[in-house]
Amino acid sequence: MTATHEAASVTAKAAPSISQRRRRSKLGNAWRGFVKAPTSAKFGMLIIALYVIAAIFAPIIAPHGQAEVIGPGYQPWSWQYFMGTDQLGRDLFSRLIYGARNTVGVAFLTTMLSFALGGSLGLLAAIAKGWTDQILSRIVDALMAIPVLIFALLLLSIFGTSVIKMVLVMAVLDSTRVFRLTRAVSQSIVVMDYVEAARLRGEKLPWIMRREILPNIMAPLVAEFGLRFCFVFLTISALSFLGLGLQPPTADWGSMVYENKMLITVGRLTPLLPAGAIALLTVGVNFVVDWFLHKTSGLKE
Amino acid sequence: MNAVLKIVLQRLGLGLITLFVVSVIIFVAILMLPGGFAEAILGQAATPETVAAFNKEIGLDQPAIVRYAYWIAGVFQGDFGTSYASRVGYRREVADILAPRAFNTLFLAGMTALIAVPLSVGLGLLAALYRNTWFDRGINMISLVSISFPEFFIAYIAIVLLASPAFLNILPSLAKVDDDASLGERIYRCALPAITMTLVIVAHMMRMTRAAIINVLASPYVEMARLKGAKPWQIIVRHALPNAWAPIVTVIALNLAYLIVGVVVVEFVFTYPGMGKMMVDAVTSRDVPVVQACALVFAATYILLNLIADVLGIVTNPRLLHPK
Amino acid sequence: MNDNARPSGAAGSGRTKGDVLLEIRDLKIEGESDEVWRPIIKGVDLTLKRGEVLGLIGESGAGKSTMGLAAMGYARAGCRISGGGVVFDGIDLLAASIEERRRLRGTRIAYVAQSAAASFNPAHQLMDQTIETEMRQGKRSRTEAEKDAIELYRRLRLPNPQEIGFRYPHQVSGGQLQRAMTAMAMTCRPDLIIFDEPTTALDVTTQVEVLAAIRDIVEQFHTAAIYITHDLAVVAQMADRIKVLRYGQSVEEAPTREMLASPREEYTKSLWSVRKLGKQEQAAGEAVLQVKNVTAAYGNAVRVLADVTVTVPRGRTVAVVGESGSGKSTLARVITGLLPPSAGEIVFNGKVLPPALKDRDAETLRRIQMIYQMPDTALNPRQTVYEVIGRPIEFYRGLTGAKKEARITELMNLIEMDDSYVDRFPGELSGGQKQRICIARALAAEPELIICDEVTSALDQIVQEGILQLLMRLQRELNVSYLFITHDIATVRAISDEIVVMYQGRVVQQGPKTQVLSPPHPPYTELLLSSVPEMDPDWLTNLLARRKVQPAAMKAGDR
Repeated sequence: MTATHEAASVTAKAAPSISQRRRRSKLGNAWRGFVKAPTSAKFGMLIIALYVIAAIFAPIIAPHGQAEVIGPGYQPWSWQYFMGTDQLGRDLFSRLIYGARNTVGVAFLTTMLSFALGGSLGLLAAIAKGWTDQILSRIVDALMAIPVLIFALLLLSIFGTSVIKMVLVMAVLDSTRVFRLTRAVSQSIVVMDYVEAARLRGEKLPWIMRREILPNIMAPLVAEFGLRFCFVFLTISALSFLGLGLQPPTADWGSMVYENKMLITVGRLTPLLPAGAIALLTVGVNFVVDWFLHKTSGLKE
Repeated sequence: MNAVLKIVLQRLGLGLITLFVVSVIIFVAILMLPGGFAEAILGQAATPETVAAFNKEIGLDQPAIVRYAYWIAGVFQGDFGTSYASRVGYRREVADILAPRAFNTLFLAGMTALIAVPLSVGLGLLAALYRNTWFDRGINMISLVSISFPEFFIAYIAIVLLASPAFLNILPSLAKVDDDASLGERIYRCALPAITMTLVIVAHMMRMTRAAIINVLASPYVEMARLKGAKPWQIIVRHALPNAWAPIVTVIALNLAYLIVGVVVVEFVFTYPGMGKMMVDAVTSRDVPVVQACALVFAATYILLNLIADVLGIVTNPRLLHPK
Repeated sequence: MNDNARPSGAAGSGRTKGDVLLEIRDLKIEGESDEVWRPIIKGVDLTLKRGEVLGLIGESGAGKSTMGLAAMGYARAGCRISGGGVVFDGIDLLAASIEERRRLRGTRIAYVAQSAAASFNPAHQLMDQTIETEMRQGKRSRTEAEKDAIELYRRLRLPNPQEIGFRYPHQVSGGQLQRAMTAMAMTCRPDLIIFDEPTTALDVTTQVEVLAAIRDIVEQFHTAAIYITHDLAVVAQMADRIKVLRYGQSVEEAPTREMLASPREEYTKSLWSVRKLGKQEQAAGEAVLQVKNVTAAYGNAVRVLADVTVTVPRGRTVAVVGESGSGKSTLARVITGLLPPSAGEIVFNGKVLPPALKDRDAETLRRIQMIYQMPDTALNPRQTVYEVIGRPIEFYRGLTGAKKEARITELMNLIEMDDSYVDRFPGELSGGQKQRICIARALAAEPELIICDEVTSALDQIVQEGILQLLMRLQRELNVSYLFITHDIATVRAISDEIVVMYQGRVVQQGPKTQVLSPPHPPYTELLLSSVPEMDPDWLTNLLARRKVQPAAMKAGDR
């Protein structure tokens, strides 16, 4: 007993030298995680994979170009026009495929920008504290007092509508949410004793940010990335649907719903296809995020 | 009580400051108008004289602070300026267009809230009480899916199901409401938009309510109540609810605020003559005074709802109500 | 069958001990994690007679609380009773309907929780919660129930018993809440009360009062009780009989005096092993650290340190003792430079240190290292042991590659762990192992002074002893000095050469261990030392008798 009570069980193992250490197979862990994931999460991952493939290989998969007129407008579904044609006679199926590239691509880019901006400033505010934190937080508070869609509408009416402006406007507005979360999560890490230990050791700020804090906030940030992506994706789609987002002739799901909305009232389901494409992806991402959140919060206990 | 009053007043003060800052932000947006804006707005009618007159009218010849002072003073008197779009024909004040639209939006939001709030709080409560049962799981899955749907998708599904020859055709797919429509007529016309918005926010509200209640039910004092032999309804009524009010009220206020965003798209889908539709149209025609007025009203409502949530949270907190 | 008829007063007037009140047979409880049910309680028997107090003792994870709740026929969410029987006064609780069990709770079996602050509902006054069960029964009017509650508050020696019931939980201190919760348990004069670590969260001087109050009232009403704790000295004061649990199994059971005098099992003996450690005090040599007249405050708020002077000799251990709020942890922050003092100076190796951390050079930082109370938060969960220990070696010494690995192996040997552990993350280590890694991280810097902030208080007794032994061995081998911050007098006795007693930001007494620990003491030291429970079952009785003669000593701890 006494001191060796624990140590005894320790030394019992055969000791390989440190240089022969077995590196854990991260790939193997990921695969085991995937196998154990619930059906909903697997379904979500499958959807995301399909969308990514569609986005990357759009020109190969799509039978026609996104702006190519192939027949008369508003053709019903048939062998000739797989999913029918839109108001100008463009192939709807091809436009759906290209939409994966345009709509998802733009939303993804926007979310990346939003994270780069909000994430770095949030981390900075949490570590620097004091005035830096106060100023940044007050600015963000003020920006967050206006609903994103309303703010976006205001800014777009001033700057006019174009893809780049929309991406920038959305990235800036959305980065306020990222800032909030990053700051809050980082603050809970900054007060940990291991961060204090690093400071007492004399470590510099960049090292502490990169090695002590970042690895510990990755899980919530990754989950948040999924959620923010959904939000940005839905908002951009809404803007496009309102005619203020991606501009024709670019194939974009939100605008496609708007352009074909007349068909709904006569009972044709064509406009539901692009809308469904949007919904399906967000459902998929949400399923994966839900599982991921559950998994990472469970690990902490 | 004094301490609570102080905190509430502080919060109200903060709300006023936020409103001020937001009004500045909305105003400053105009300053960023790119050059040639007058030409763009006036289009065919742009001559050097009309452009100069237009710039003078929107006050480009005066310093920004003076213009802000005029604008905000006007807003306080209910004057939001003159619509650009009405420039060519007869002049229309923004406030005159805004008032009936704001009423319509309020009517739609109110109708939605009346259905959505009891429904989602009830569902959230049930899901929390029957946690991890098939009921809870099912409702969770459904709400997760419906959160993921864009508003216009839900709207068009509702149209397909209830207002098109494809299935039932019992409700109007367009919500055109005249100013003098009767209440019954209004409700009938608003049915689809209200159903759509309900579906949009119930999922959020229900999930948040569920989380708030589960949080309270997991607290040691609820376990203590169980160990004191309290009946299940006594645990809910006496021990859980008094502590769950604050989070639930916050959830409601937050989601009513969320309605503001939902209303824009839903009004557009159903061409409902509300503020949301008005704002979108104004953005398309770059009618800046109208956009500003709408943004200010939306933002003010949003801030107000958040403020109410905070204040209710403060006055239901026993730690603040009964200071040491 | 209700106990209202029972005389509410004079001790010993209840039924005699003898007939069995609670009988637990071969109880098995399982807990769920990752959708797998694992056993928590693996077939434990327990018998409790009327009016008897049984102490249930064990370390964290032994299943004490689970057992206590099972005695009420209750299992927490995520737990289930999978076998055995619980018979309370002839009623089979596991077979009884939910409704039947519910009716027993609060009336015939009551529960006193560890954290009274969390277990009282913040939305209601104490009185409403105290008499809630009685009101539900409807046998007494509200006025009568309130009168009785006030009487209970008085018996539990709560200050201002007439009024305290009309306060809200957050308006009342921890020690008082714990007594109010005991009053709440007593209102229906239950046959059995489960006390689940009721004093664990309290300071020692407060603990004494709560213990005395609980013991008296249980005796007065002749209530049977199960007293759950991890502290053998505490349970020795309270229980007639003690049962030791480990890993959900019964280790041994015996009457209190018998168990203390002659424990049968090695494990039971290990429960007070820390108390048997004793370092031979060594005379002080040259000073490695001098804290001179330091005054410090957080922001512009109240001063937390006032004119504190402490000296740490080379190769010796100076223990800083005090209760929560005494400023002992702030002292550590001042020394490390995290909180620059508003007056006074820190002298290290004869040189005055810059007050702020950012102005100190790496060489100074290297010489002063720190070990924390909670190894869980002191180790980055995303860094392997290799990274944790390797970083200071690289940072201070610039060693890399094979040299660094050799040094890591050396350090792992020093802390008595195999170097195959270097690939593990903290989450894959036990509490004691994590603390050893923290020690290795400090040693990697080859420091002259290590500040140990409550390094053993989050650990189980047996692990504590291992850590203390290790620290003492390292001191002998490396001649390192320790500034050892703790609230636990047993630990102080075990390892220190010198003692500093702190109270409300001031140094009350300091000197060599034997001198501080032997009378006469200044009043606060006296109160602190006398409040530490001892293994003697008569300790509390004797202490209270002594204090009655000299009530002045109680003053400092009256809260």
